[in-house]
Amino acid sequence: MAVDESLVGRVYPPTRPYEVSAEKIREFVAATGARAYDGGPAPATFPIVLAFDAMNAFLAAEDIDLFRIVHGEQRFVYERPVRPGDVLSATLTVSSLRQIGGADIIGTTSEVHDADGGLVCATRATLVHSGGGAA
Amino acid sequence: MSARFAAGEALEPQTYRIRRADLVRYAGASGDFNPIHWSDRVATSVGLPGVIAHGMFTMALAARAVQHWAGDAEVVEFGCKFTAPVVVPDDDEGVELLVAGTVKSVSEGLVTLGLEVTCGGQKVLGMPKAVLRG
Repeated sequence: MAVDESLVGRVYPPTRPYEVSAEKIREFVAATGARAYDGGPAPATFPIVLAFDAMNAFLAAEDIDLFRIVHGEQRFVYERPVRPGDVLSATLTVSSLRQIGGADIIGTTSEVHDADGGLVCATRATLVHSGGGAA
Repeated sequence: MSARFAAGEALEPQTYRIRRADLVRYAGASGDFNPIHWSDRVATSVGLPGVIAHGMFTMALAARAVQHWAGDAEVVEFGCKFTAPVVVPDDDEGVELLVAGTVKSVSEGLVTLGLEVTCGGQKVLGMPKAVLRG
């Protein structure tokens, strides 16, 4: 049930390069915002598409069920906005792990880089994993 | 841009309605298919009151309010804690999210906005904050 403590510091392989299309940004804007998308930068939380992909790979690698995860905290620090045509990849590191009341509190950081290796955005997510029973 | 904001200024609160269909749409757009956001059976099995909104959907709506206030200003930092679930019933009404904001500081080309995001009078995000480049 508890997540293995030796995971702290582990770095997972970068996610498959993801080409950001104007259509994908338009879909994200339609799902989250009222404005019509004009072809410019993606909304501030768009990099979660990459970070979530990295988190899914982490959960699969560690055999953790997604449905036992709730989101505790999320931070983004941006170097630049995401734009159509960007080819992005996220690299996840487990930064901390603690247990509170039977839940694992998993701290992760995911860095989103572009095709040239430039940092686009650094994200931090706290994942609350309930191994069973109440969340 | 900093000319647009003054420290201490209260920004016009924004309201957004969240229905189940919005969660389905967000799941598709974001890739977050966690069933706690669409299945009452799974949500209650892990101790939740029912289907809850993706924390990232709530955060995206907070970002939408920031964009409404700040236009195309570049966001350089954005973060929050998810302190209470936004439970979204399976009906036509859904729930209403209220996003209020205050200009915390304007300095050295950066504007910091402190937000307050509530649903049914309860705060659902902890210390949501956005930093914009002026």
